[in-house]
Parts: sequence; structure tokens; C-alpha cells
Amino acid sequence: MSVTTVRKPSLLSRLPIVSHLRQSVGVQRGMLIAGIVISAVFIIAAIFAPIIAPFGFAQTRDENGIFGKQMPPSAEHLWGTTVGGFDVLSRVIWGTQTALSVVIVAVVLSIFAGVALGLVSGYLGGWLDRVLVVIADAIYPFPTLLLAIVMSIVISGGRSSLWSGILSAAVSITVVFIPQYFRVVRAEAVRLKAEAFVESARVVGSSTGRIMFTHVLRNSTRTLPLILTLNASEAILTLAGLGFLGFGIAPTSAAEWGYDLNRALSDTASGIWWTGVYPGAAIVLLVLGLTLVGESINDISDPKLRTRKRLRKAA
Amino acid sequence: MTLLPEAEAPIDPPPQPRRGGTARTSGGGIGLGRYILIRALLIVPTVFILVSLVFFLMRVVGDPISASVGDRLTAAQLAERLAAAGYDRPIIVQYVEYLGQIATGDFGRTLSDNRLISEVLLTYGGATLELVFYALIVAFVIGIPLGMLAAYYKDRTPDALLRIFAILSYATPVFFAGLLLKLTFSVWLGWFPLGGRASTRVQIALGRLDDPTGIYIIDAIRSGNSVIIGDVLLHAIMPSLALGLLTAGVFLRLVRTNVIQTLSNDYVDAARSRGVSEFRLVRYHAYKPALIPIVTVIGLQIALLLGGAVLTESTFEWRGLGFQLAQYLGARDFVAVQGIVALLAVIVAVTNFIVDVIAALIDPRVRY
Repeated sequence: MSVTTVRKPSLLSRLPIVSHLRQSVGVQRGMLIAGIVISAVFIIAAIFAPIIAPFGFAQTRDENGIFGKQMPPSAEHLWGTTVGGFDVLSRVIWGTQTALSVVIVAVVLSIFAGVALGLVSGYLGGWLDRVLVVIADAIYPFPTLLLAIVMSIVISGGRSSLWSGILSAAVSITVVFIPQYFRVVRAEAVRLKAEAFVESARVVGSSTGRIMFTHVLRNSTRTLPLILTLNASEAILTLAGLGFLGFGIAPTSAAEWGYDLNRALSDTASGIWWTGVYPGAAIVLLVLGLTLVGESINDISDPKLRTRKRLRKAA
Repeated sequence: MTLLPEAEAPIDPPPQPRRGGTARTSGGGIGLGRYILIRALLIVPTVFILVSLVFFLMRVVGDPISASVGDRLTAAQLAERLAAAGYDRPIIVQYVEYLGQIATGDFGRTLSDNRLISEVLLTYGGATLELVFYALIVAFVIGIPLGMLAAYYKDRTPDALLRIFAILSYATPVFFAGLLLKLTFSVWLGWFPLGGRASTRVQIALGRLDDPTGIYIIDAIRSGNSVIIGDVLLHAIMPSLALGLLTAGVFLRLVRTNVIQTLSNDYVDAARSRGVSEFRLVRYHAYKPALIPIVTVIGLQIALLLGGAVLTESTFEWRGLGFQLAQYLGARDFVAVQGIVALLAVIVAVTNFIVDVIAALIDPRVRY
């Protein structure tokens, strides 16, 4: 390719997921598309929950009277009702909203905190770097759920309304994720620090802050979309785990899948499957969708793992 | 748990021997003995940081007593309880005292049933150890062969199916996997018991053994009664499957990626040019080097399994440390929670140490 014909691709095609979609072929493309479709369905369900859901998440009666407890799926309640007398379908749909809000808050918080710490630590170095690395290394191998439990005790004493519940779940998850962003961004910052363009910026007299946030930051966010999708799926699992242990959000404040599964556990002995299977399947599908996107991005970004378009037929 | 290879590698490679100024001699590296010593010393700061973190998190915002029973007591009663527990003193004094207790192996007493945390560990630790061990076996048996299979069929249908299986096994929360297993195999098919570690009769029989270990399978084998052994194993199948599948997926993808990367090495090309079959390449040439990363992530996996054990044990009423932790959470006994979490921090740090030593024994490159 001659230099004169190189044109910068349009902004749209350089966006993370779009550019990956263009590069992909075969099975990898299929997995990426499947992931995007599944995630999109959940996002739509979350946004339009008030319209889609037949009932409210804490509604136990309508004009025809009380729903009844543990009713099997019927025309009126497509997925049956829970032991608390709630409509399963409605709670699953409303649960999407809770799950996604926690994910968004958690991911945004951990990106800001983790990236800032990693950047400062990696670029400035010194004793601060040493201390932060030791702390991050100590937290890193510790079970996510245990740390999240401690955090949610600290934040809400274990009982919460809608927003304090979402916030405490998100912050608990954030604390666990910060070391991951920190590690990745720090490693990149350390590498970039020695690059010629950083040195030349220093020579022309750019301030440390400017070098860090314009030159180093922009070049160290390469792997962030990947960590982001993977952490989003982990956030959902942690939230569900907290809910399952009874540390999530009160059932009347919001619908939460982990809590519903906790209540459904005792139903299984009597063969009641609809209270547990649907919220569980929702968790699995949403995590599956997000992971498929993250996984495919990882493989497509890594030249060693990327499947290439076949240029010639195999001999 | 993370699926990210970059994030799984330690930030700093384990202790750099050259930092001390000793020149690298030909052959390089340090003795295994010294590596183990340095690595063992690193346990101390790790435990120290985690324990301090948990302590300050739980104390800066409030104290475990107010958080658990604060709304049920009058201000005077609460102040009395706080004074009795020593929570009215300056936090730094409490902190130093707490560190001193931890150093001597005293993790405090539970609030709700006034037991020593270390005693709780002795009573229930065995059950958790047993469950985690079974889960690791399940993970190995399922994850490693399937990972090799996926690498062999790279980018063909079996590979895609296996990878979806791997993602599914990661995407399914252990308690949901447990719920599905219970529904299918206990309620509908009636093959396995719903929960617990053994039937009541067997439990009594095991309790009558002199000097029981608390690890049922060992006790059962010691009793020499095949009915008891069978009963204990039958109870263990579903919990180990639920927990093991979680890690099996991680092993599967790890083995797959590593085998694929190893297959691109020159020595594999050399073997291929000598006419070694593609199957033999995967099975013999790429298999062993691909296992080394598994050993290094096992440390993280054990931490993950401990977290998962809390959920699995609650799902199957497997009376181990995790089940007990969930009970204390339900009883809002945060002193017990803090104690158990601190104890688990020590366990995680020690396990990681053992895993690192094993990795060093297997792969000499780690020691450099």
C-alpha cells in the first residue's frame, strides 16, 4: 500500500465494537454478533421495562384480586408466581434494570478510580507506586464475593432501599475491580513512559499532568473495552451472589435475580421450577452475551488468536 | 475471577534476585531454597494488608456491634456493650491489639454464639476443604481434556461448542447450577439426595468414630463401611459438580489458548516436519508446557473456589465454613464475619504461597 492512498477510516468504523466486527470472520464473527444481540435484548428490556413488564416488581394483586403464591405458569402469569406472590416474568424484566444499573455504576466508578490510580502509579513511580502495587497485589487474589460482602456491610449494614442498594452493590464491586484496571493501566503507563513521544513532550516543556492525561492515557486505554465487558459480567455475578446471600436489595425496593433465586431454592424440593429457572436463565444469558462480546474482542485484537480471512484455498 | 490473561499475570514477577546487586552469573537465578524463603516472607505483608483493610473498612464507618444490634438496643445498653468489647478506645489502640491477636492466631469470638473463630474453623474447615478438593478434581477431569480437544479442533465446530460450554460454565452462578442439578437429579430423577454432607444415620455413625477429622470421606474410609463411603460420595457429587464446573471452564480456555500458542513454537514445527501426527503434537508436545500456566492460576482459582464455596455450601446445606459464614451473615453477626474473612485471607495467602512453590518446582523459569 503506498503512503499517499492511506486514509484514516471514518470515526464510526474505528469505534471499538464496530471495528472488531469489521475485522472478524467465521465463528468469531458469529460469536461477536450473538453476544451483541443478546446484550442488546437485555438493554432494551431494561429501558422499556415499565412498558414490557405486565405487572410491577412488587405487585401482588391486580383488579382480579390477589395473584396467589407459587402459582404455575398460566395465561395470566406466563412464568407463574413466586413464594412471595410476585409475578415471575415481571420480576425478571424489572431485574434487568437493577442488574444493568449496578453494572454501569460499578464499571464507570472502577474505570475512573482504577485508571487514575494506574496512570499516576505507573507514570510517577516511586514509593507511591510501590505501596499501591503491594496493596493491589494483596487484594487481587482475594475472593471477590467476600470483599463485596465486607463492603456491603460497611456501606449499608446489609439492608438497603433501591438506590442505596444499587450504590452499595456497585461500590462493593468497584473496590474489587480497581486492582484489575490498575494493573493493566499501570503496566501500559510504565511501558509508555520510556517511549520517544513522551520524552519529546517532556523536552518541549509539557507539564506532568498534561503528559499523563493526554499522551500516556490515550495510548494506554487499548485493552479497556475488553476488561470492561468482562468486568460487567462479573459485576452481575457478584450482585447475584450478594443477593443470594440476602445482602442485596429488599424485594419491595427493586427486583433482583439473586434474591429471587435465594427464595426459589426452597421451592425446588417440592418440584416448583419456574421461580428459579427464569431468573437464573436471565443471569446466565446476560453474562453469556457480555462475555461473548468481550471474548471476541479479545481474540480479534490478538493477532495470534485472530482468525483471518482465507486468502487462498488450502492445498 | 477474570478471564484476562494480562490481568492474571502478577504485576511484578516474583522477587527479583538481582535487585540486591548480585551480578547474574551464567546459569542465573537463585537457589530454590532462597526463592521459597523470600516467597514465604511475602505472605506477611499480604496478610497484613488484607487484615488491616478489613479491619479499617469495618471500623471506620462504624463498629460491628452497632451495625448488627444497634437498632435493637438503647443508647446506654449499646455503650455498655461497646465498652465491654473495647470498641470505645481509640481506633489505633484497637488496631494494634487486633494485629497482636491475629499474630498469635486469635481471630476473636463470634457475637451470636460466643465461639472462638479458630474453633469454628476447626469444626467446619474440613468440610470446605473437602468440597474445594472435589471441585478441583472435577475441574481437572473436565477442563484439561476438553481444552486440548478444543485446541485440536481450533476454529471448527467442536471448538466453538466447547468454548460456548466454557463461557456457559462461567456465566452460570454456582447457586443456579446447584438449583438446576437439584431439580433434575434429586427432585425429578431422585438419584441424589437434596443436600447435606451425609444422611442423618451416617452422620451419627461418623460422629461416633474416635478422633474424627471432620473430613467425611477420610472418616468414612477409616470406618471401612462401604455403605457409609457410598453415602458420603453420593452426597458430594452434586455440590462438587456445581462448584467444579465453574473452574472447569477456566481451565478449558486456559489449556486451549496455551496449547494453541505452544503449537506455534519452532520445536513443534520441527516435530511436524519430522512427520509427527497432529494428534500426537497436541497430546505430547504441546500438552506439558501448556499445563504450567494452569499451575500458576490455580492459586487464583482456589480463592475463587473459596468464594464459590460460600454459595455452594448455602445451596446444598453443606455445613462448612462458607455455610457458617452465610449463617452469621443472616444473624447479622459481623464480628464473626470479620473473623472468618480475616481467617480466609490467611488461608488464601498461604495457598498462593504453596502454589507458587509448586510452580517453581515444575518450571525453573519462575525462579529467575
